[in-house]
Amino acid sequence: MRDLRKRYGAAAAVDGVSFEVRRNEIVGLLGPNGAGKTTTINMILGVLAPSGGDIRIEGVDLARERERALARTNFAAVYAPLPGNLTVQQNLRCFGLLYGVRGLDARIEAVLEQFDLTRFRRTRCGLLSSGEQTRVCLAKAMLNAPRLLLLDEPTASLDPSAAQRIRHAIRTIADRDTLGILWTSHNMYEVEAVCDRVLFLSQGRLLLEGDPKTLPREHGAASLEALFIRVAREPLTFAGPAA
Amino acid sequence: MNARHVAAIALRQYYLLRSSPTRLVPLFAWVAIDVVLWGFIARYLDRIAPHGPDFLLTLLGAALLWDFFTRIMHGVTTAFLEDVWSRNFLNLFATPLAVSEYVFGLVLTSIATSLVGLAVMLALATLAFGFPFLAYGAQFVPFVAVLFLFGIALGILASAMVLRLGPASEWLVWPIPALLSPFAAVFYPLAVLPAWMQWIAHALPPSYVFEGLRALVAGRPFPLHELAWAAGLATAQIVLAYACFVAVFRATVRSGLLARYSAESTA
Repeated sequence: MRDLRKRYGAAAAVDGVSFEVRRNEIVGLLGPNGAGKTTTINMILGVLAPSGGDIRIEGVDLARERERALARTNFAAVYAPLPGNLTVQQNLRCFGLLYGVRGLDARIEAVLEQFDLTRFRRTRCGLLSSGEQTRVCLAKAMLNAPRLLLLDEPTASLDPSAAQRIRHAIRTIADRDTLGILWTSHNMYEVEAVCDRVLFLSQGRLLLEGDPKTLPREHGAASLEALFIRVAREPLTFAGPAA
Repeated sequence: MNARHVAAIALRQYYLLRSSPTRLVPLFAWVAIDVVLWGFIARYLDRIAPHGPDFLLTLLGAALLWDFFTRIMHGVTTAFLEDVWSRNFLNLFATPLAVSEYVFGLVLTSIATSLVGLAVMLALATLAFGFPFLAYGAQFVPFVAVLFLFGIALGILASAMVLRLGPASEWLVWPIPALLSPFAAVFYPLAVLPAWMQWIAHALPPSYVFEGLRALVAGRPFPLHELAWAAGLATAQIVLAYACFVAVFRATVRSGLLARYSAESTA
């Protein structure tokens, strides 16, 4: 992403944000509500047109080659559950066709197994618990073996045990597969445990970037959560944009 | 156009229909009610005015064709509304799916569901009321084809309207055929309309269909030129409706409405 911008009239929702997500890396996109995290993710997903800047996924320009670029991505978000009136298997089949997945039957079996959903294959998604629905979204997100995976608060509605399992599953995927993950969360414990690098957004601008384990100390904060609170309350005290 | 993407859109609708009697029954139920209602009205009129026009053909035939047009239009919009109701736009359009593939998938779904309705309609009208469908055979096809094209155009346009105005505007979609029917001259000759209504009627392909149907029943020649004009008009309207849908879609991507569709407006 280079110099990404989104303006609504005079207001800038995202203002010149640049970053990259490397293979086998989980990058945490952090910031208070309204900082521009979901706007950034929606632009990368092609459902929101940027006012300026470039988005390239493995070198493929989203604006010029939308289909090729989006075939390399996928996402899961707590606010975008799969249609509740189709079964898990039916949803995976439809989205597998949309993503052009080869050997779709085998791939569906693999993701059902991977996210422990085999017994729910014929259950309508709307009848599943929040945790199970999150796993279905993640199974959909992994169907096409994306090179860039976008996860917008994937554990927001989960109990601590389920959230831990999901974090472990995603960390395993990031270590094993050649993909990069962009992860938004308000749970700083989770971010520290999972992310290799974090980006702090506030008022649409990228203010800080670094290792979640060392970044708080570098800025005189006791923890990542304390740093988050300072960034949210006093964004002007941080030099930006980050290098 | 990627056939797998189109198939995915149609397959989703097939899954919904297959697993849900509440979606399946209306494909037959409203059609059957209309056939029974208009069949008895036509039979009664034929009985009290035996030397009048053939009411079975003119009234029941017109009702059948209008019903078919309505099914086509609602077939497109209902398939679209399934994605509105399940808030599926973010999931769908974050995939490599193109707008043209999405719209074509909706149209394919509508073709399938309305053909089922048409078959039921014709079978019931022929068996229960002796509707002479087979006597007209191939002549019936161009009339159906024009209504089919116009139904698709209107379905796409209505979907664009819902996409632009938000989920609550679906209530504006259902009465559109009823609003058009006085102008389409379904049950009476175009000549009875005042001049200003006739001007509007000339822009509506169904008016040529129903005028042509009455001409055919009255023993006049097959209205080839009128139907060809109506088919051209309906095709042009499909192109315009699709252009409108694409323009609205792009506007929702610019404004952010597509990603937050349930909000109805990002203003």
